[in-house]
Amino acid sequence: MEGEGPESDIVISSRVRLARNIAGYHFFAHATADEQAEVLNLVHKNLMATKLKDQLWYLEMNDTTPLERQLLIERHLISKELAEGEGPRAVALTHDETLALMINEEDHLRIQMMAGGLQLKETYQHICLVDDMLEEKMDYAFSPQYGYLTACPTNVGTGIRVSAMLHLPGLKMTGEIEKVFRAAKDMRLAVRGLYGEGSEPIGDFFQLSNQTTLGKTEEEIIDQLVKHAVEPIVAYERLARRKLLEERLTALDDKIYRARGILTHARLISSDETLYMLSYIRLGIHLKRIKNVSIEMMNRLFLLTKPSHLQHLYQEPIFSPKSQLLKGVKVYQFSLRQAVK
Amino acid sequence: MQCQICNKPATVHLTEIVNGEKIERHLCEQCAQNEGITIKTHVPLDELLNNIVSAQEQADELADLCCPQCNLSWAEFRKAGQLGCPNDYLAFERPLRSLIERAHEGAHIHVGRVPRHANSTTSSQVKLRRLRQDLQKAVEQEDYENAARLRDEIQNLN
Repeated sequence: MEGEGPESDIVISSRVRLARNIAGYHFFAHATADEQAEVLNLVHKNLMATKLKDQLWYLEMNDTTPLERQLLIERHLISKELAEGEGPRAVALTHDETLALMINEEDHLRIQMMAGGLQLKETYQHICLVDDMLEEKMDYAFSPQYGYLTACPTNVGTGIRVSAMLHLPGLKMTGEIEKVFRAAKDMRLAVRGLYGEGSEPIGDFFQLSNQTTLGKTEEEIIDQLVKHAVEPIVAYERLARRKLLEERLTALDDKIYRARGILTHARLISSDETLYMLSYIRLGIHLKRIKNVSIEMMNRLFLLTKPSHLQHLYQEPIFSPKSQLLKGVKVYQFSLRQAVK
Repeated sequence: MQCQICNKPATVHLTEIVNGEKIERHLCEQCAQNEGITIKTHVPLDELLNNIVSAQEQADELADLCCPQCNLSWAEFRKAGQLGCPNDYLAFERPLRSLIERAHEGAHIHVGRVPRHANSTTSSQVKLRRLRQDLQKAVEQEDYENAARLRDEIQNLN
């Protein structure tokens, strides 16, 4: 999915998340074990009574292995909090992985919808359909004054979090990235790394999202993020890339080919370094400096070189970090040879 | 050394690093206060005492605050950052409101989506607020045509 959609040379993906709680129950962290189980069953039952039921894969966290949970995190389908939490928790996913419903995370229900490229408005329209379907079956905690009531008051109101994952190697190279972040922070937007809250930006991938959820309509929140942040940043990144091509081609090529050199010849490499290197390869593909690697393969590699995906691929536990790292390189080298063939 | 703003003798010396560049500022006490760099040191004693007493009174009052439905106290909420049940929004109304305003750019009222089968008074209340907000914006932007339409819509709802 990643790598497709409007502006996908810069906007990797769009994500909308709604936080909802079921009326008549304590919020998850304060609920008794019985209550937590009741909420899980209630949401599950109602979910399976909608027409989504044939598309959903329902997975209780207590039935999964740590590796499986890590795989889901790496695919952005569940949060770290759901994976590491205690008590009855679950996720329901569609087969195409665009829709994920987390049950008993910080809130009783977190509905998440993803799409490739810049498609926040469309994604919001889709998620509303899901929200409506569920609302027909159960009552959400809602107050006329504060809107949808959430466990943390920072999510109250619309309960919406809209995020765009951006790839900004050009602005990083021209040294303008800090300026962009400052402007974003002035607009009360959060800038985070690949895995959202608490994650450091790696490899020039940044997640931009709203923090204010009250006092604006959902459409206004999306519009502000898109018109005042994402679109100008995309234009700014394109300009930076053009400037690099015109004025600093050797420095740009050096980064790209050096990354390729490391990925094809290194014997030990960490996941983080792989991500940094793949970031330059991705830039090289979009600027047509690298021609024989497809963007689809690039996207597969982004996933395959992550720790749990590697472990899953090799069907064996990876004891030493070194062997894990080596395998990461092997996957890349294998894929690259396939691509060049 | 003289104050960079008013040329009085400078007593406050500030070194800031912005974007890796070192910026030095030299100011007199008054200008430093105006810029928010230092705070007033000579607060009258009665004012100081009053502030302490009222802060203490407020703290005492808040310490007793507890939600009758989930038994979560305001102090426990402040520690954990998470509310216990939807009723907390009512039980902690007063202190929570200022916290919510700080987190949401001053807003304390929902104008977004409403559950489809929320009772009709709830949805019309939220819709009314949204229309009033839009009306205000239209007036500010001198978009009178839109403003007139919104006013009619509001009247119809009332």
